[in-house]
Amino acid sequence: MIAFLIKRMANAAFVMLAVALLAFVIFRFFGDPVEMMVNEQATQADRAELRERLGLNDGFATQYARFVTNAVQGDFGISYRNQQDVMVLIKDRFPATFELVLVATVISLVVGIPLGVITAVHRRSRLAQALQLGSIVGVSLPSFVVGILLILGFSVSLGWLPAFGRGETVQIGWWSTGLLTPSGRAALVLPAVSLSTFQITLVMRLVRAEMLETLRSDYIKFARARGVPAARVQWRHALRNCLMPVITLTGMQIGNLIAFALVTETVFQWPGMGMLFIQAVTFVDIPVMAAYLLLVSLIFVVLNTVVDITYAWVDPRLRDDSARSGGAHG
Amino acid sequence: MQMRRILLASAAIAAFAGTAQAETVLKWGANRDIGSLDPYSYGDSFTINVLNHVYEGLVRYNRDLKIEPALATSWEILEDQITWRFTLREDVTFHNGNPFTAEDVVASLERVSHETSPLKGNLPAYVSAAVVDTHTVDVTLNGTYPLLLNDLTNIHIFDKEWMTEHDALLPTDIGAGTEGYATYNANGTGPFVVESRQPDAKTVFVVNPDWWDEAQHNLDRIELTPVTSAATRVAALLSGEINFTNDAPVQDLPRLAAAPDVQVLEGVDLRTVMIGFPFRETLSTGAPNPFSKREVREALYRAIDLDLIHQRVMRGKSRIAGATVAPEIPGYVEALDTVPGFDPDAARTALAEAGVPEGLEFEFNCLSDGLVNEEQVCQAIASMWSRIGLAPKLDVAPRAVQTPKRTGGTTDVYTLGWATLPMLDAYSPLLQIFHTKEGNSGVFNWGGWSFPELDALVQAAGSELDVEKRLSLETEALQIVKDQHIMIPLHQQPMAWAVTGEVAEMPLFPDNKPRLWFARVTPDA
Repeated sequence: MIAFLIKRMANAAFVMLAVALLAFVIFRFFGDPVEMMVNEQATQADRAELRERLGLNDGFATQYARFVTNAVQGDFGISYRNQQDVMVLIKDRFPATFELVLVATVISLVVGIPLGVITAVHRRSRLAQALQLGSIVGVSLPSFVVGILLILGFSVSLGWLPAFGRGETVQIGWWSTGLLTPSGRAALVLPAVSLSTFQITLVMRLVRAEMLETLRSDYIKFARARGVPAARVQWRHALRNCLMPVITLTGMQIGNLIAFALVTETVFQWPGMGMLFIQAVTFVDIPVMAAYLLLVSLIFVVLNTVVDITYAWVDPRLRDDSARSGGAHG
Repeated sequence: MQMRRILLASAAIAAFAGTAQAETVLKWGANRDIGSLDPYSYGDSFTINVLNHVYEGLVRYNRDLKIEPALATSWEILEDQITWRFTLREDVTFHNGNPFTAEDVVASLERVSHETSPLKGNLPAYVSAAVVDTHTVDVTLNGTYPLLLNDLTNIHIFDKEWMTEHDALLPTDIGAGTEGYATYNANGTGPFVVESRQPDAKTVFVVNPDWWDEAQHNLDRIELTPVTSAATRVAALLSGEINFTNDAPVQDLPRLAAAPDVQVLEGVDLRTVMIGFPFRETLSTGAPNPFSKREVREALYRAIDLDLIHQRVMRGKSRIAGATVAPEIPGYVEALDTVPGFDPDAARTALAEAGVPEGLEFEFNCLSDGLVNEEQVCQAIASMWSRIGLAPKLDVAPRAVQTPKRTGGTTDVYTLGWATLPMLDAYSPLLQIFHTKEGNSGVFNWGGWSFPELDALVQAAGSELDVEKRLSLETEALQIVKDQHIMIPLHQQPMAWAVTGEVAEMPLFPDNKPRLWFARVTPDA
């Protein structure tokens, strides 16, 4: 088990280094940050000097090595655009993104699971077929379109909910939360719904597939034969056995949601990490881009590693290299 | 019990105060956020513009964009012709209560011109500043220079004591990786005080009751919220969550104008859109470069249907330009503002006579995040040039990607928009674009041209203290630009702001900068 753990950790570290390397390769195509930083009247000499001071003239390997050395010590430098410590910037934005993702996940479970059960149990009914069709729309509509439609409906036409921003927030230590104020909760509704549309359909389809499988199994038939009421069989006995993959999927998807929240955040001007990243790309703010990419990949790596380790712990066969293929999700 | 009564009483007073005087709030939805609260640490016009509500310069632009006294009440040029003596306004205090004195001016000028300041280029002629007495300052320049006041409109004055106390005498040095106190905090003399700031979310300014000037605005608060997505910005304006935006997207103007409670403020920007040519020996393809010939540039000019671009691409909202500066800019004269007729046949003949091979390939470098509808303008022009037998290769990408190619001379034809900011004088493009690239001049001379006669005029204008003489020198230089077709002017681009019915007054400035100390909001009933 220890050897397995060490191996997984080494893998994770390697992935992180590779992501940082890839990021640095890509940054060269984003352009020159200095052009965005100086005023129109700056001379060529001024520009060259600033580039030198930022260390942008150094070779690729030197810049990468410097970045990794500093990053290992938790120092990501300061943002070119905001002139703030990058870790502070990200730390300030993380609660916004996390709350959004959390609420979106809750919505997707609360809505997706019952819909999945209904479509499985009454799979020939009109309602189930309509829901199935709706789920295809949900999967295929890009989230920024959903966002704009929600804004048009609930902000412009009805005037019920704010179109952008996070409302008022309350500071609890370093964590800022919008869940404790009415305006904060109102502001959270549209972005969370917009972010959860894809997730809802995903959960619904997964629950439906699992339910169909379970409903055919013997113990369900026996329960029916014993005269247990249908609703109790479906919602209690069958559903419980379907939830394991749903929980795994939801856990894995949190990483995805954090990464893809950036589209939703842009549409709703949600002051989260995605917004920060988009701004950083526009202004070629290399320290922020590097730290963000690293952090997101860290979230993925940690989630994957935790899942792998849990699986290995549950199922000793997976500790053996020859049978490992079932454990990792990528 | 006692406690409870006091609480009730204070609640009643608060409620009473609330109804007696409704707050006037300008809710400003901008298309981006300011970089920080420190105007000197990132060379960004928008940040400087917004922070001008908090910090002020020695002089400022009035409603007609003419320079008027601000923190300085008068000034004179001393006998040596290179020292300017400023008399400062008395009884001005900073937001923290410190008095404004000559020490503050000297410390601010030193800060902005410090070698790590990205804004030092905004004071090109500055050498040093010295305190004469508590309310008099001498500023020494590197030669006779007529445009110091123009430059000073954008140099914000900080409080020396405050900077010393918080170790902020120098601008934030990003290269050194340290943060600065002024990044998060502000202390100016201006009409508004920063109340709070959450980057990318909201920055709140409240009125400064002790402002030295008589307020023309009636705002109690300004809430600046960046809303980067254009569709969301429009929605927020329609739903009344913001009541002002300084960037109403061109494609949504008809919809906004049709909305019952929204007013669109349209105007023409000072920014002149131009096309520049390479003057090097060879093109990026290695072929000989024909664009260094005047006739070839003229032929390309005549092949562009300016009316069509105005009507179709700019939806009739641009102003077709014949001069390389806008009419509002000193140095402009009407005689410069003529365009040659659109004549593709003549252009084709001229190209043949100049020996330009049929199907000549060259790169045409445009920005995807630059000017208004830049991509479409470039596409239109590229197809017009194809029609006279050229083969332009359109290269569209963000500014950060394109600028290195432009400054490095690895591309051929390019676009450039120039608004003469912050100087608001024809000297700005003449020095920065049209002058030969040497030393501090010709930074934007990406084509690499050199016209000694023009350089002489620009240099003469740069040290001529008599306004009339200087402007005539500048006009003469602009005439050379025009005769030689060094760059082809296309148009001044449209700009649009929008306000809701709550906003009673919002003067639109052609430099596209909101000056909210002129704005008025109707208090809520």
